Amino acid sequence: MTLFLIVTLNGLTLAALYFLAASGFSLIFGLMRTVNMAHGALLLLGGYVGYSVVDLTGSWALGVMGGGVAAALAGALVQFGVLGWMQGDELRQTLASIAISIIMADLMLWYWGGITYQVELPEALAGGQRLPVLGVGYANIRLALMGFALVAGIALWLLIQKTRFGAVIRAGVDDQDMLRALGYPINRIFVLVFALGGLLAGMAGVVAASALSIAPGTDLQFLLSSLVVVIVGGMGSIGGAALGALLVGLAEQYGLAYAPTYGVVFTFAIMVLVLAVRPQGLLGKAEQ
Amino acid sequence: MNRCMKFISGAHMATDALLEIRGLDLRYGSSHVLHGVDLNLGDRPLGILGRNGMGKTSLCNTILGLHPNSAGTIRFDGVDLSGLAPEKRASMGIGYVPQGRRVFRSLTVEEHLKIVARKGGAWTIDRVYETFPRLKERRRNLGNALSGGEQQMLAIGRALLLNPRLMVLDEPTEGLAPAIVSDVVKLIELIAQEGIAVLLVEQNLHAALASVKDVAIMVGGEVVERMTAQALEEDTAMQKRHLGLEPGQAG
Repeated sequence: MTLFLIVTLNGLTLAALYFLAASGFSLIFGLMRTVNMAHGALLLLGGYVGYSVVDLTGSWALGVMGGGVAAALAGALVQFGVLGWMQGDELRQTLASIAISIIMADLMLWYWGGITYQVELPEALAGGQRLPVLGVGYANIRLALMGFALVAGIALWLLIQKTRFGAVIRAGVDDQDMLRALGYPINRIFVLVFALGGLLAGMAGVVAASALSIAPGTDLQFLLSSLVVVIVGGMGSIGGAALGALLVGLAEQYGLAYAPTYGVVFTFAIMVLVLAVRPQGLLGKAEQ
Repeated sequence: MNRCMKFISGAHMATDALLEIRGLDLRYGSSHVLHGVDLNLGDRPLGILGRNGMGKTSLCNTILGLHPNSAGTIRFDGVDLSGLAPEKRASMGIGYVPQGRRVFRSLTVEEHLKIVARKGGAWTIDRVYETFPRLKERRRNLGNALSGGEQQMLAIGRALLLNPRLMVLDEPTEGLAPAIVSDVVKLIELIAQEGIAVLLVEQNLHAALASVKDVAIMVGGEVVERMTAQALEEDTAMQKRHLGLEPGQAG
């Protein structure tokens, strides 16, 4: 029973990380049909910058913000400087973003080296505690991570559902050309959404570097999981990203604990099943 | 390309036209959709008629900049629109009510209006609600929960909020019940009375003749006839030749 609870909590922790990483990826995918293969690199960049900021200032909160802002700027630059010039040509964008992700990975390897980093936790988040009711001990940072993902998810949902900017994004997901014909400069909106996606990825990177650790390769790991989450949950949907992240995170951990040999297959089995039964994703909307 | 018909239609074109299209060509891969379209539009509402697949919707999309034209020019209020993005053209005062209405399925009626509304124009959200009380009743409903007629009101309402000087309407009566069609006809009259130039693409001959003063007929990606609505109404042979209508058929 204890094992089951711990595995479930680990699954939720992973799901929280996957959600933070995938929600921005999903927004970009849903709005622009751009498969941003540099999304993992943005996450890793955020993690590294966050580590350096914490190292320099000693403030974890500043590190999370710094990592988020750095990745947001990098994301906006990727869209403004490169991908925006090939709008509508999704294949070329995808290939260009793979190139960008390789270049970024090499630059980061050059600057931060090939070692594994773990962000030093503030006192409040270090250590663990025994959870009431469940009766198992669990690391504070992982609990905080779940809380952080929850807050970020709600904030994102409010932004998308309740603000004018969010309405414009939803309109763009529904019908880009019509939004342009109503006077919206779609390229500027794209840059903003890329920045938003980068912000989420960057913060996820710092949190991942705190709860787990980051190293070269972390970028691809999160890129892959984001792809799976978006395929399972449905593109452009925050709820879909949350649901997809939950399924993938839990499947990965249950698989690891109870069927280590076949664990990796679980995630992809879910993906194949969803593609077969509901190709637009569990909460995605079918193309009109 | 230059047929005598075009010289004739060119002869009575006003020079101070709000929209001036010259030699407009559109190619889609290997298909040639528009062949040197010439068209002037001033104060008098203009209907564009023609059978399916004659390039009417492509013409609208090209005017809005959603398709880049391969040759020719479009001038709006004297400004050459070449290379201008759709959003730029919209803010210059071209409102678009597209075929199939294309309301946003995940936006409520109110959100549709909010994202377009600007301060200081003749059209405000309140005025749209006054004009379409039904939209006010349904303001919390999503775009895809509306009936066809309601979607059409919304598509027209959101275009009006741009405070356009030209309104391009692409088959606004398509798929609507006859009673609603006459509402839309009245609405187009109202738009024209507001001093907004109207370019109306229609399959429904009677709706078109009731809402516009002039008509142009498109065949195979070209404008082949231009006349007053009244002249077309009386010329059943012409209707039959270009629109495939037997006399008295509604279309």
